[in-house]
Amino acid sequence: MSESTKMTGASSLVKALEAAGVDVMFGIPGGAILPAYDPIFDSKIRHILVRHEQGAGHAATGYAQATGRVGVCIATSGPGATNLVTPLADAQMDSVPIVAITGQVASGAIGTDAFQEADIRGITMPITKHSFLVTDPADIARSIAEAFYIASTGRPGAVLVDIAKDALQMQTEFNYPTSINLGGYNPKLDATPESIRDAAALIAQSKAPVLYIGGGAIKAQAHKELLKLAELTGAPVVTTLMARGAFPDSHPQHLGMPGMHGTVAAVTALQKADLLITLGARFDDRVTGKLSTFAQNAKIIHADIDPAEIGKNRRADVALIGDLRLTIEALIPAIKSEFKKNQPDISAWLTQAYGWRNRFPLGYDHPADGSVSPQYVIERIGKLSGPDAIYVAGVGQHQMWASQFISYEKPRTWLNSGGLGTMGYAVPAAMGAKVGAPDTTVWAIDGDGCFQMTNQELVTCALNNIPIKVAVINNESLGMVRQWQTLFYNERYSNTELHSKRIPDFAKLADAMGCVGLTCDSTEDVDKTIAKAMEINDRPVVVDFSVHRDAMVWPMVAAGTSNDGIVNARSLAPIWDSQEL
Amino acid sequence: MSQSHPDAPSSSTSISKTRTLSVLVENSPGVLARISSLFSRRGYNIDSLAVGPTENPNFSRMTIVINVEDHALEQVIAQLDKLINVISITELDPVVSVQRELLLVKVSTDEKTRSQVLETVQLFRAKVVDVAQDAVTIEATGNTEKISALLRVLEPFGILELIQSGLVAMSRGLKPGSISEDKK
Repeated sequence: MSESTKMTGASSLVKALEAAGVDVMFGIPGGAILPAYDPIFDSKIRHILVRHEQGAGHAATGYAQATGRVGVCIATSGPGATNLVTPLADAQMDSVPIVAITGQVASGAIGTDAFQEADIRGITMPITKHSFLVTDPADIARSIAEAFYIASTGRPGAVLVDIAKDALQMQTEFNYPTSINLGGYNPKLDATPESIRDAAALIAQSKAPVLYIGGGAIKAQAHKELLKLAELTGAPVVTTLMARGAFPDSHPQHLGMPGMHGTVAAVTALQKADLLITLGARFDDRVTGKLSTFAQNAKIIHADIDPAEIGKNRRADVALIGDLRLTIEALIPAIKSEFKKNQPDISAWLTQAYGWRNRFPLGYDHPADGSVSPQYVIERIGKLSGPDAIYVAGVGQHQMWASQFISYEKPRTWLNSGGLGTMGYAVPAAMGAKVGAPDTTVWAIDGDGCFQMTNQELVTCALNNIPIKVAVINNESLGMVRQWQTLFYNERYSNTELHSKRIPDFAKLADAMGCVGLTCDSTEDVDKTIAKAMEINDRPVVVDFSVHRDAMVWPMVAAGTSNDGIVNARSLAPIWDSQEL
Repeated sequence: MSQSHPDAPSSSTSISKTRTLSVLVENSPGVLARISSLFSRRGYNIDSLAVGPTENPNFSRMTIVINVEDHALEQVIAQLDKLINVISITELDPVVSVQRELLLVKVSTDEKTRSQVLETVQLFRAKVVDVAQDAVTIEATGNTEKISALLRVLEPFGILELIQSGLVAMSRGLKPGSISEDKK
């Protein structure tokens, strides 16, 4: 049974969004989408008027990352739609469920290079999970229902629904489908019993296993099951950049983050393991380093809901295709019954792995000239705000430090642009996260380069009572690029100096945008300034932390090289006992 | 060294072969663009692609010929299967499928060579579809080997113009590739 009433296509769109359970959307009106904004005016859905469509897209992503629900953004045709390209690609790369709605020129004008016409369905084909072009008002409600279904099921992703202006204006019957049946889309939820048995058998044979956890563990809400699995197997755990918070940092089995800027223990454990129990991770190049030298002696169990991830980068010995929570639920009893026959002794491996963790902890130096260490600022924000706060990073050095020096205990408390690496993600994504979790402290940890890409959304925050906190880690440069110039380009700093301790004045800029602007340039003031920012909850706060510009992210595996070459501080590679090499 | 790396040379599975995929897709706008853009984006080369209607107007069938290794073939199929408009993908084994291409070729002829060309046409069970003063146009269908062989024989006479369709293919026997079957 479905409800049926006569209305405009625009009303049918808004009713469909309500039926899909949307409570908030981020957007900007314009010519082609204008018919939709009339019924939006009367809808119970909260519409937040952003200052740039890119902000709407990242806000939808932040909202989705923080809540697990589908984020929604809306824009007009042409430039409105093309401004959504970056956030769509960003959300798709990180498997975040968002739905973007765009107006399109009237169906008769499509293909004529009409004013504000862009083939956004075509443009977004390679960067979305799916994209629709709707020219018949009767198709609007069904397309919206399908878009939400596609975005939120299977491997989540970004979906675009482009609707011609005349379709919004014409009369139609509202028919919201009660069930969705897409012939070509049937995500598989349950891994086969044989694959579960094979995986359990491999786990029972392993003397040196590692649980390699990716962002899929958070998407699948599998953190509780993961904890049980980890404690059952006793295996060390590594959480990728997208999985920070899926497993408590304080847990004794946790070795930290693997990858280019991972901990020595996490990187080395993956390299030397005999079995990787890969759960919702994708053997990304930033994790594996040079692929042919990655974990050469390891057998691979690869659990993922996306069959195309299996064998994409690394051949799997056992593939577990299905929902990760269900997969772990099925694995636990299978492992228990294997362990009854044969409980492997992994104590020597644990001694080795935990030994690496003790010998090579993450660390940083306070600069000799007395200036502020960026790592210290970030670490103190994490300590003073605690594990219940949500931390949203931009992209670059500050992102890596925020992953390294804040302790994550819970899923959905760490948001960042991992796959696409979108500078400018933090402020709008933090806005979306705060809208989704209004009672939670939300910190954007941003760089001075990133901040200057999207900070206009602070106006949106100030006007809409979205009191986020922004820490600008101001090293007056594009820090990560500068770090590579230091290491690989003979300290030739081509176009990485931003002069942002001089221009702009971030505190004044914040003030002008209706936020509280604070500055901090001494180590002693860091705690006081954070405390002051924590006290302000009626407005957004921006803190300009002036930090040392030469601080670098360590450890590091240089791009394209083997993880065996990890360097834990500048010119300081770990010295291994001979038997470990 | 471990044998398990995709980039480590191992066994016969890493040898490139020509594969024929029969892909059933929804008959909706943009599907061809989605599929061709997937191939270009992921760096797979298409040897040929033919698309046309099926017995059900809601679906089209594409026959795609690619030259890839086993490992890459699995990826191609998995990535194609992720497209919402793709209903099913079947790899067609040349031994148990019928595979055909269409050739139109204009061959230069004079009084001396015309009879030889016509003899070749008969031998290959091809057809002459147009005759001019100094050229004949030949239509031929067949599998890739037959079409190549015909072209080899015709080449010495002088090929003036040539066009070939992509390969179309269908499995032999009782409709194992039918839409109702695929949709299960």
